[in-house]
Amino acid sequence: MAVEKKVAAGRRGAHQKWRVLTCKVGLDGHDRGVKVVSRALRDAGVEVIYAGLRQTPEMVVEAAIQEDVDAIGVSLHSGAHMTLIPRILELLKERDASEIIVFGGGIIPEDDALELKRLGVAEIFGPGTSLQAIVEFVNRGFQQAA
Amino acid sequence: MGPGYTAGVSYDESEMNLAGDLLAGDVRALARAISLAEDRDPQATALVAELQAHTGRAHLVGVTGSPGGGKSTLVDALVRVIRERGRTVGVIAVDPSSPFTGGAVLGDRVRMSRHTLDKGVFIRSMGARGHLGGLAAATREAIHLLDASGRDVIVVETVGVGQSELEISSLCDTVVLVLMPESGDAVQSIKAGILEIADVYVVNKADLSGAEKARRLIQDAVAMAPKKPWQPPILLASAVKEEGIGPVWEAIESHRAFLRQSGGLEERRRERLKQEVIALVAESARDDARRAVEGDTPVGRLLRDNRNGRLNPYSLAADVRAMRPARGAEN
Repeated sequence: MAVEKKVAAGRRGAHQKWRVLTCKVGLDGHDRGVKVVSRALRDAGVEVIYAGLRQTPEMVVEAAIQEDVDAIGVSLHSGAHMTLIPRILELLKERDASEIIVFGGGIIPEDDALELKRLGVAEIFGPGTSLQAIVEFVNRGFQQAA
Repeated sequence: MGPGYTAGVSYDESEMNLAGDLLAGDVRALARAISLAEDRDPQATALVAELQAHTGRAHLVGVTGSPGGGKSTLVDALVRVIRERGRTVGVIAVDPSSPFTGGAVLGDRVRMSRHTLDKGVFIRSMGARGHLGGLAAATREAIHLLDASGRDVIVVETVGVGQSELEISSLCDTVVLVLMPESGDAVQSIKAGILEIADVYVVNKADLSGAEKARRLIQDAVAMAPKKPWQPPILLASAVKEEGIGPVWEAIESHRAFLRQSGGLEERRRERLKQEVIALVAESARDDARRAVEGDTPVGRLLRDNRNGRLNPYSLAADVRAMRPARGAEN
């Protein structure tokens, strides 16, 4: 479907806002990080839809479509990132919604982060990432730093 | 074409038939149409106008009340009851936007997670984006779009409101006011405003102490109001425990039946149309005024050169208003 996305088309009118779905997927109750990031995104002018804990990839993708978001921010501290994040990418593709950007954060080893980026994840934010770095990522239109 | 799409709907790669897809039940088309309305895109206006013939069927239910009163949890519980009765639902959940950055954290979905994969439920979070009155400017359009998409019931949850955010009553058929125990004394309950607009009162968190007292205070206040043909019921419920939710839904349905029988539904919809026209005129007037004040206009220049700070707002406002017919005359 030829959906003109703000990101792809680079359009952002006076009333347009970035919309980002943030969530925890899988059996993982560590939500401090995702809440802090949600708040930082809010302060950067983003409309953040927080989907909450224990989401399945199917739920995340369905919610992202209903909310018509520009990006999905996935937080994982359970070690299941190599299963759950690729599944989200796969489902987005199945729904013809690959233009929705996926980024992640949490405890994700560097090699895994590289592999996830190779699969199409825009960015992985590890421990110690400054909120400023995340805000800059948003301001670049959810693209990796050059 | 992904498997998520309704069979038989075909897309042109270069242009999306939003109206057709939305009518065919396509979720992405509906979601995109609501975004266009939120962005105040002229396409949304055209779309809503195009779809008007397909609206007017849904039961519009507003849920309002103070922050933390359990509105989202009650909506979640109501959605379950509505689905058990075999009807489809659209939920619009409005949360406040930051007055400084325009950003927002929209958290109502968290309470409604279990309905995400139910195809009979569509949930959309909206930032108020500076609109006052407990709703977003695009809530009206979102209601029309959900209605056209064939949802049987549309539940609109306002931001957490205080005492006088009454816009919901002009948008919905039935207004549910969610109250909590210990949320005020007898003086609060005789105040004007939001307590007067409810068609159904729900004292939520009824498992806490003080619920019965809260119910009595509301009952006393309602009893003192001029006798109206519809006597709003006051119900106790615990949304978190899903207790008392069936009766809340039945009260909402009874109100709808009452409106149908009494001709009140027609009256409400006429009133809604009137309010909608006022809202649309006011919105464009506000946009015009902002442009006049911020743009390269006589008034804009005066305001920017306002060296001694002694400009008179009344005469400037008159100047701005005078600009409009002049522009119309040129066309």
